[in-house]
Amino acid sequence: MNEDSPARLALEGITKRFPGVVANDDVSFKVPGGRIHALLGENGAGKSTLVKIIYGVQQADEGTIRWQGDPVHIADPKAARALGIGMVFQHFSLFEAMTVLENIALGIDHVADRKSLTTRIVEVSRAYGLPLDPEREVHTLSVGERQRIEIVRCLLQQPRLLIMDEPTSVLTPQEVERLFETLRQLAAEGCSILYISHKLDEIKALCTSATIMRGGRVVGTCDPAVETAQSMAQQMIGAALARPQRRAAARGSDHEGRARLSIEGLNLAAAGPFGTTLHDLSLDVRSGEIVGIAGVAGNGQSELFEAISGERLLERADTLRLDGTAAGRSGPGRRRDLGLCTVPEERNGHAAVPDMSLTENAYLSARQRRHLARGLVLRKSAARGFARSVIERFDVRTTGPAAAARSLSGGNLQKYVVGREVLQDPGILVVAQPTWGVDAGAAAAIHQALLDLAAAGGAVLVISQDLDELLVLTDRLAVIDRGRLSPPMPTADASLEEIGLLMGGLHGMAAHDPHADVGSAAHA
Amino acid sequence: MIVDILVTVIAAATPLLFAATGELVAERAGVLNLGVEGMMIVGAVAAFAVTLTTGSATLGIAAAALAGLVLALAFGVLTLTLLSNQVATGLALTIFGLGLSSLAGANFVGRPVAKLPELDIAGLSDLPVLGPLLFGHDVLVYLAVAATFGVAWFLKYARAGMILRAVGENADSAHAIGYDVIRVRYMAVLFGGAMAGLGGAFLSLSYTPMWIEGMTAGRGWIALALVVFASWRPLRVLAGAYLFGGVTILQLYAQGAGGIGIPTQFLSMLPYLATILVLTLIAAGRGRRLDAPAGLGKPFRAAG
Amino acid sequence: MPRFEPRPEIDRVVLYTTPLLAVALTVVAGFFIFLAIGKDPLLTLYHFFISPVRDLYGLSELGVKAAPLILIATGLALGFRANVWNIGAEGQLTMGAIAGGGIALLFWNQEGFWILPLMCLAGIAGGMAYAAIPAFLKTRFGVNEILVSLMLTYVATLFLSVLVYGPWKDPQGFNFPQTRMFSASAQLPIILEYTRLHIGALVALAVAVAAWVIMSHTLIGLQIRTVGQAPRAAAFAGFDRNRTIWACLLASGGLAGLAGLFEVAGPIGQLIPILTPGYGFTAIIVAFLGRLHPIGIIFAGLLMALSYIGGENAQVEVGLPQAVTGVFQGLLLFFLLATDFLTRYRLRRPAAGTSRADARA
Repeated sequence: MNEDSPARLALEGITKRFPGVVANDDVSFKVPGGRIHALLGENGAGKSTLVKIIYGVQQADEGTIRWQGDPVHIADPKAARALGIGMVFQHFSLFEAMTVLENIALGIDHVADRKSLTTRIVEVSRAYGLPLDPEREVHTLSVGERQRIEIVRCLLQQPRLLIMDEPTSVLTPQEVERLFETLRQLAAEGCSILYISHKLDEIKALCTSATIMRGGRVVGTCDPAVETAQSMAQQMIGAALARPQRRAAARGSDHEGRARLSIEGLNLAAAGPFGTTLHDLSLDVRSGEIVGIAGVAGNGQSELFEAISGERLLERADTLRLDGTAAGRSGPGRRRDLGLCTVPEERNGHAAVPDMSLTENAYLSARQRRHLARGLVLRKSAARGFARSVIERFDVRTTGPAAAARSLSGGNLQKYVVGREVLQDPGILVVAQPTWGVDAGAAAAIHQALLDLAAAGGAVLVISQDLDELLVLTDRLAVIDRGRLSPPMPTADASLEEIGLLMGGLHGMAAHDPHADVGSAAHA
Repeated sequence: MIVDILVTVIAAATPLLFAATGELVAERAGVLNLGVEGMMIVGAVAAFAVTLTTGSATLGIAAAALAGLVLALAFGVLTLTLLSNQVATGLALTIFGLGLSSLAGANFVGRPVAKLPELDIAGLSDLPVLGPLLFGHDVLVYLAVAATFGVAWFLKYARAGMILRAVGENADSAHAIGYDVIRVRYMAVLFGGAMAGLGGAFLSLSYTPMWIEGMTAGRGWIALALVVFASWRPLRVLAGAYLFGGVTILQLYAQGAGGIGIPTQFLSMLPYLATILVLTLIAAGRGRRLDAPAGLGKPFRAAG
Repeated sequence: MPRFEPRPEIDRVVLYTTPLLAVALTVVAGFFIFLAIGKDPLLTLYHFFISPVRDLYGLSELGVKAAPLILIATGLALGFRANVWNIGAEGQLTMGAIAGGGIALLFWNQEGFWILPLMCLAGIAGGMAYAAIPAFLKTRFGVNEILVSLMLTYVATLFLSVLVYGPWKDPQGFNFPQTRMFSASAQLPIILEYTRLHIGALVALAVAVAAWVIMSHTLIGLQIRTVGQAPRAAAFAGFDRNRTIWACLLASGGLAGLAGLFEVAGPIGQLIPILTPGYGFTAIIVAFLGRLHPIGIIFAGLLMALSYIGGENAQVEVGLPQAVTGVFQGLLLFFLLATDFLTRYRLRRPAAGTSRADARA
């Protein structure tokens, strides 16, 4: 780095406190012009807070931000954009019921008339390989297309620093490759890029320098091209993590075990205007195995989850069998009696009621299998005892069973809701996004619990967008795309490329053949 | 005869049009204000009292808008700044408004005020049929229609209108790209309050014209229903308001005709029953999707 | 400007003390309102809040007015907890009074221990049936229950006036719009001699206590709260949302109907065009003031009853306009909602941040 020319962006001693946590503690680093700089860290390391401060969404409690060497006060996103900072959010800042054009117009400050804005959108999207139709409403678009709106919105303002917050978590592998090409092109034109991620392979492939954060602090700076993924991971996590232990004895041979969960010809209409219709899904999960369902968000995962959990009833009872019993017309309570436990993706408001205590949350799903009610009367001490055992067995950090669910951090609440189901000894467990937003330690504990359950003869179905997680955890893997499910393949034989194509590849360009012989497409 | 009826329909629709158009703007910004009835009746008493004491209807109309605005401000402070429950706060506003209006209006009951003068637009009010229908109303009737068209234009073409819709659609996103969500919502709520106040002014200065306790008689609630009926679109509010005005007048004429042989109370039920019927038809027709702004009724608070 | 931050949990102590703060603020506001309309504030406050309840009769009147408020508010609170906004209790009250009063008129001048229980059942059924309309429309078509239940209130009032001006009018009533006075066996027993305090007050207390047990010790209460706070979690738990909506509307409608019957079989003794000074609406305030908690509702009901009696008393003693009661009630709800903020947020304490970090890591 040339010491004479000031860095495009420099942070000095940035500190930000929230009730109960210090999100950023004395964070300093620099992003030079025309470079792709990685900000690397675990979920909860403080990356998102930091970029919100840079973009003016939040204000730092202490510290200085320098732009081209001069200290600046970034009061709001408008001020950030005026400096030349653009940002693509992890959770897109888009408006579903509005058009692409309106969404872009809302995000830029010097508005031309509709016509010239449309022309510029078309120009920019062509120049960077980001095709968009300005008149479409956002809710009709795929996740990848939505991200393009955000990127085009930034590019229209000729940014000199582009912040990308976890941009690939919702993309197919092919879309990721395409995005990287766009970013490299931008960097070559002199735009700096601050790339936030916890995915080490991506950072090695894309970035020329990296700052590593842990627990709100900077713990290292490195050149990703030189470092190994292993060494970066150690700095990010702080210690070498134990990989989940597979119990070899219980696996392999058991693939011929009896089907405990079986779905045959499942069709389900979309629940709302933004939902996905399920078409003719079939799947067996056998005793002793973990089956994974991969796919980009919004391709029918939540519909599938609700169809299995009983939150939505099916047309025919025998479409869904639990240990052989037709249960498609039964509600969640009856399905729990039959041995099914489920963990929804969304912790707050779906798996748990935020303002209720952990004890009260125990009743939601465990009242039958753990006898927490006698008739209609609550057995409060039994519920408290069960909540306490979940807290102890899953190392949930909390003040006790009386704590409100929303007082727990995301990772701890996730451990609680997973533990609540696992400790009911379910014959069949269905988990959506088991480790979404939790730190590595909690993720490992949750993975171990799932493996143990399968080893004990349970059937486990994991619906996840995290391919790495599925590759580590599952025996067989299927892909859901636009409401259709590919036939499951043995995970050991699956190649990333093949899975990516099944996930929709580049939107609108994918070869879509569910009968492709995925087993023979060996990984390179 | 038909022309006379249509002219009264327009009059009956005007207070609904004011209140519903104002509420529509608030709801498009994501705020559900159930206090329309309260703001309306406070507007009615303010207009009447100020007109009677100053002799100026203009001041009376301004006072009505201001009174509605002040009540809306109280609602805004509670729901937007103090994040109270919007449903409960709206109910409180209505209860408070009804009480306040009868307290303030106690000395005005039964006193007369000059009806708002009818305009003679371009000297055309004497034309047959079209004259009384289009050119001979008082200023508030035209103001209500103009405001509705204005709101329709604003929401569709103005940049500020686009921002308002964005705030109602997804407050978090709007905040993330740099809009002051709370400020936009305050403006929308205050506009809604002023419009409800004007609706009240029309009741006590033109429609009746006098002050009667509880004279809004549920019109604020019907206005809320109209917004749903109109799928949150201003020009459909216009159509809906005239439809409901028609129902109101129809039952009045039926009561006047007398000889039908059913108690007049049954006819008086018609506007309320029609509201329920319309709400049901709308809901049944569209299934679960109601085109409501996605953020309607959801509180927002910026972190940090 | 002071900065606030969310509390990790709702603070119980603050939750139950803020209603007292709201009452205090309302009294202060009252002081200035009285001053503004030219009344001696302290004297007026005395006649509003203290002199009405200085004797046994005053206290008994408090019970007479609190009973319907507590009954209705207890039912409404169930619904509000489930996010079911029945604001048409006044209409359900009216329908309950019509149904129960109809029984009284049907068996007019007859004797029988069974008449009064039958009237109570009819009152409950009348309120329930009327509340079933918004329940059906909401669960079947997704129609907003707020607007439907409210519209039905106007309809019920008009229907009552059809009856008392028409077929049910007292033939010996000099053409006044009212029915015959109910016979003795159709009137509620008085539980305190020389007062109007009737057995309905005891029923109201019993209902509140029963509601408390249901809300805090049964799956029904848990179900209602879950449906209200997190509908998706309710679906996950297997709690049926539509059944909850039906149950809440039927319970609140039935209790409002019973309250209506108690009014006509108690203090009024006949059907008249206007049955209450808006108990069905005031009960909404009572429910919130009592924090939607049945025991809190008992206290809130007594306080609101006092606002009615105090209003009447102050009208007699110092010529205060009766509308002040409505203003007071609205203000009280305003202040309560404003102070609600303190239960969920607290003044920001920067130092607290670091010390708690470990517990939440």
